[in-house]
Amino acid sequence: MRSTNAPGPMGERSSSWTARARDEMAERLPMANLLPDRQPYYVGSWVYVFGVVTIAALVLTVLSGVILAIAGPDWWHFSSIGRFFNSVHFWSVQVLFVFMVLHLWGQYFMASWRGGRATTWMIGVVIFAISIGAAFTGYLSQQNFASQWIGVSAKDALNAAGLGAFFNVLNFGQMYGIHVMLLPAAIIVLVALHIVWVRMKGVVRPIESSRPASRSTSEV
Amino acid sequence: MSKKHTTPQGPVSTIRTVPYDLLKEVAIAMVACLVLVIVLAAALSSPDVPSVTIQSWAQADPVDFTTTAANELAGSTASAGYGAPYNTTDAGQTLGPIAPSKWAGVRQPVDGANDFVINPLKHASVGDSQLTTALTGFQAAADSQKTAWLTAYTKALGDAKVQEGKVVVVPGDYGSVPILMDRLLAVARSGGLDGLLLSSGHFYQTDFTKPLLFMADGSYLSGLAAQQHLSGSQWGMMNETGQYPGQSWLWLYTVWYQIPPFNTAPNGDLLVIILMGLLTLALLLVPFIPGLRHIPRLVPIYRLVWRRYYRESAGR
Amino acid sequence: MDTPAGYLHWGFILISIPNLLLIGLMIVLFALALVVPLPGEKEKS
Repeated sequence: MRSTNAPGPMGERSSSWTARARDEMAERLPMANLLPDRQPYYVGSWVYVFGVVTIAALVLTVLSGVILAIAGPDWWHFSSIGRFFNSVHFWSVQVLFVFMVLHLWGQYFMASWRGGRATTWMIGVVIFAISIGAAFTGYLSQQNFASQWIGVSAKDALNAAGLGAFFNVLNFGQMYGIHVMLLPAAIIVLVALHIVWVRMKGVVRPIESSRPASRSTSEV
Repeated sequence: MSKKHTTPQGPVSTIRTVPYDLLKEVAIAMVACLVLVIVLAAALSSPDVPSVTIQSWAQADPVDFTTTAANELAGSTASAGYGAPYNTTDAGQTLGPIAPSKWAGVRQPVDGANDFVINPLKHASVGDSQLTTALTGFQAAADSQKTAWLTAYTKALGDAKVQEGKVVVVPGDYGSVPILMDRLLAVARSGGLDGLLLSSGHFYQTDFTKPLLFMADGSYLSGLAAQQHLSGSQWGMMNETGQYPGQSWLWLYTVWYQIPPFNTAPNGDLLVIILMGLLTLALLLVPFIPGLRHIPRLVPIYRLVWRRYYRESAGR
Repeated sequence: MDTPAGYLHWGFILISIPNLLLIGLMIVLFALALVVPLPGEKEKS
């Protein structure tokens, strides 16, 4: 649907950035593709469920994390309700990683990067890597024996990489801030992009064994 | 119902579509996940082994504490010989010309002898003339004299006994080292050393580098970790305290530390970091790497995922 | 839950029982997802 600033009689495009951005978005991701109510019939396997369960676990991780952040890093050590929310946070992280990896296995064996979907795959790998960092800074933020040991152990690898000088795993304040603000923000933005990319490109087609030799790098 | 399937690349051949409620699926996933997580949290709780303090270390293993403190004075601890980012006593881990820790430089300066022993003792010496004299005597001694005292003392600590919370060694020529160690142990056992190592002159503080490096220089913290299978050589990176699942997703990171050459190489950490960096890059670029991107076609998992499609295509 | 977990030691592999169970569960879940039909699949086709 073109904007009301339709091209002039000579075919020139609207000079409005807003109109052009809107038209670009509408063309790349029409609402019917963002929120479809039909899917190709081959989207019919439980494997397709792993991604949405991962997102559900992420939502629970963030929500329980928000409660822990509101009450402060000490709270859950001394309050039984606090301990319960810490447990919710701990187990939602476990569920998150279980289903993220299942989703990774599924998408790999479906070669879901085909048909111009390499970007979707790469965003997913970056999310995986950042999630590992988020979990790591989370473990460091626990302020218990595990945090102490993980810190003194991990420092060697980070120092060897030259990163320890700037990211001091033994500095609780730094690790906590990165854990509760920086990395969750990055993950949420990337997950949103990942979903947008999936919806933009549509679900990948089944692998065709009779398909001719690949024409592009992203075709199997 | 069949529908023309349109993509931004243009219309493609007609694919039969079926109803699919995306938001209902999200809602079901949320509820299922919530129930699962609440049940797990209520039934199993979560790990929370309390932190070790310098006080608890000094009380539980005064000989190890004293040995560590003496080694700090001698400059023979892990932190003393670490290199960047703490000091320049070692070049750090390198691989040929690659020396990232050295490039990053000393950003968190730590001087074990002064930070962990001498400076806390200076605070503790207020009103303690015997300690003041011992400190002055030790600091005024020549380096070779200090080394001789410390070598003899740490050797004697091998047969030390603990009597009423004090560490007792056979008599020998240790200079004022025993008095320094005795007072430091007393400060530690009282809980004062935790505060002294942390505050370092400021009021607000979130940096636990000094007390943690000091603890890591000893054997008490690592001994507790080994009991829980958390050491590097026990696949510790994957494990958690107690009966809880750990971080299985770190399996490929920790496996290298269990095998040669990584498990014995002095630059083992750097080797693992570089290797994992390359493997992560490979995972990122799977769509473009020949071989890797063809494996899915060779493994018939996809045939199970899309079996209806293949059945119906074959039937046509 | 706070007592140290049991470990399986097989060659150079050393894995905690909780981790082993979790990984086993993941493999089972993946296999089930591949073979179990979606509910109401017959009606859809």
